[in-house]
Amino acid sequence: MHIMEGYLPVAHAAGWFAASAPFVAAGAVRLRRILAERPQAKMTLAAAGAFTFVLSALKMPSVTGSCSHPTGTGLGAVVFGPAVMAVLGTIVLLFQALLLAHGGLTTLGANVFSMAVAGPWVSWAVWRAASALGASTAVAVFLAAALGDLATYAVTSAQLALAYPDPSSGIPGALIKFGGIYAVTQIPLSIAEGLLTVVVVNALSGRADAVDEIQVLSGGVRK
Amino acid sequence: MTINRSWWLIAAAAAIVAAPLVVPGLGGEFKGSDDQGTDAIAAARPGYRPWFQPLWKPPSGEVESLLFSLQAALGAGFLGYVIGRRQGRRPEERDNVADR
Repeated sequence: MHIMEGYLPVAHAAGWFAASAPFVAAGAVRLRRILAERPQAKMTLAAAGAFTFVLSALKMPSVTGSCSHPTGTGLGAVVFGPAVMAVLGTIVLLFQALLLAHGGLTTLGANVFSMAVAGPWVSWAVWRAASALGASTAVAVFLAAALGDLATYAVTSAQLALAYPDPSSGIPGALIKFGGIYAVTQIPLSIAEGLLTVVVVNALSGRADAVDEIQVLSGGVRK
Repeated sequence: MTINRSWWLIAAAAAIVAAPLVVPGLGGEFKGSDDQGTDAIAAARPGYRPWFQPLWKPPSGEVESLLFSLQAALGAGFLGYVIGRRQGRRPEERDNVADR
């Protein structure tokens, strides 16, 4: 989902920075509030960041014959809400842009929007919807993480389609083309991410099958 | 039960990732999707020049893989530390997990 350095037109790059900035700012405020109100959540918060750090470093083979990486943002979005992931995701993307020449500074706004904003918000919405419909914690976490991961890659496809419409078929044609590269490749990987997120939520909470697993992690229940 | 479930989930995730490598007919070049995206832009807009270059690039594939490994190792290391602390702190609950 990394759009490479210099590969978005200046106006698009600037537009995505403008779109992402408020989410990152709101995320920073929320992060400070969580740390102030629920210091017991600090370790889980750091673990959510670490999970994103690991998963986004792992480029996995997919059935389409190409490789891509999961995002790991669903875990933090489910436990702490989507806002904080804007901050944690930006840190990961900056690391990769500066040290790995992966992604870029000019495309940071666009990449933050797909991985650290759109993905976490979709994860959170899916988590809320699945929980409301009576899904178990494991099923809701799985769906949230998998669909959030997929949403990130769908957004990347859309960002590129907007910037590079097909000469004959326009934006829809370009969307199909970039979607084929990014989103389709991501389907099996997002399922794998969903499964791993269930395992990690469980391991982190240390409470097998507790109904309030997520609440324990978010620091909502004092131990 | 949950410990058991975790192992099944990890095995399923590993199978999903390994399948393209071992099942005949699923393979390919396994190029990175990010690179393919960049190639698609180059194909759609021949002559497009990126207007900004990375400030620093890993000088070789080895150095790049070192930094990627470092990223994964730091994340996994810290995650393992937190999980270990949590599990170690509640032995009375751990013993309640029947299948352990």
